[in-house]
Amino acid sequence: MSKKMAIIATKGTLDMAYPPFILASTAAALGYDVQIFFTFYGLQLLRKDLSSVMISPLANPAMPMPVPMPVMVQMLPGMESMATMMMKQKLKKHGVASLEELRELCLEADVKFIACQMTVDLFEFDKSEFIDNVEYGGASMFFGFAGETDICLFV
Amino acid sequence: MNFDKEFDASGLSCPLPIVKTKKSLADMQSGQVLKVIATDCGAVKDMQAFSDQTGNPLLSSSEEAGKYIFFIQKK
Repeated sequence: MSKKMAIIATKGTLDMAYPPFILASTAAALGYDVQIFFTFYGLQLLRKDLSSVMISPLANPAMPMPVPMPVMVQMLPGMESMATMMMKQKLKKHGVASLEELRELCLEADVKFIACQMTVDLFEFDKSEFIDNVEYGGASMFFGFAGETDICLFV
Repeated sequence: MNFDKEFDASGLSCPLPIVKTKKSLADMQSGQVLKVIATDCGAVKDMQAFSDQTGNPLLSSSEEAGKYIFFIQKK
C-alpha cells in the first residue's frame, strides 16, 4: 500500500503558496497518495485566476530586498504589486515553476484538493471562482485521510 | 550508456526535475532506461532519493561540464 501525505494549506500569499504545491507534487512523484486541505486564506490557491496571489514586503522583515527599504516606503501604493512582480521574475529566472504549473502537476498526479466548506461560506466565495477539481468538506472528512497518513503538515 | 528516452531538465529548479522525471518514466516499459540532464545541483541527491523511494534503479549519476547526467531504469 502506498504511503500517504496530508497538507493543510492556510496561507494565500505567493511565498506561502509554493510549499504545499511543491511538497504535494514531489510526494506524488515519489508514489505517495496526497491530499491538500485548503482552509482560510489557503482557499485563494484554488481560484481559477491566481493573479491575486501576491507577496507583500510589509511586515515581512525576512524578505531579502535588493536595497534596504524603510517600512514607510513599503506601505506606499503599488509596492505590493512591485514586490510580486519582482518575486515572479526571480522565480522564473531560477527555473522555478509558476503556481499554475505546479498546481496542474499536482492534479495530473492525482493529488486530491479539498476546500474547507466552512471557510468557503465564511468568506462568501462563489464555487465557480474555483477550479473544477475540488471536493468540499469539513475537518472530519479530512481526518478520515489525515489520520492514516505517514506525513501530515500544516502550512 | 544506451538509453531509450531523454529528458532535459536544464534550467529547471526543484521540484520540476523529479516531478517531470516521474512523468517521463510513466509511458516507458519496464527495463527501459531514461537519461536525465539537469543543472540544478539539488537534483543529485533528489534523484538518488527518488530512485530509493520509487524502486527505479539509478544506474549512473555523473557530472559533465556543469551538467548532471542521470540514467534511470524503469522498474
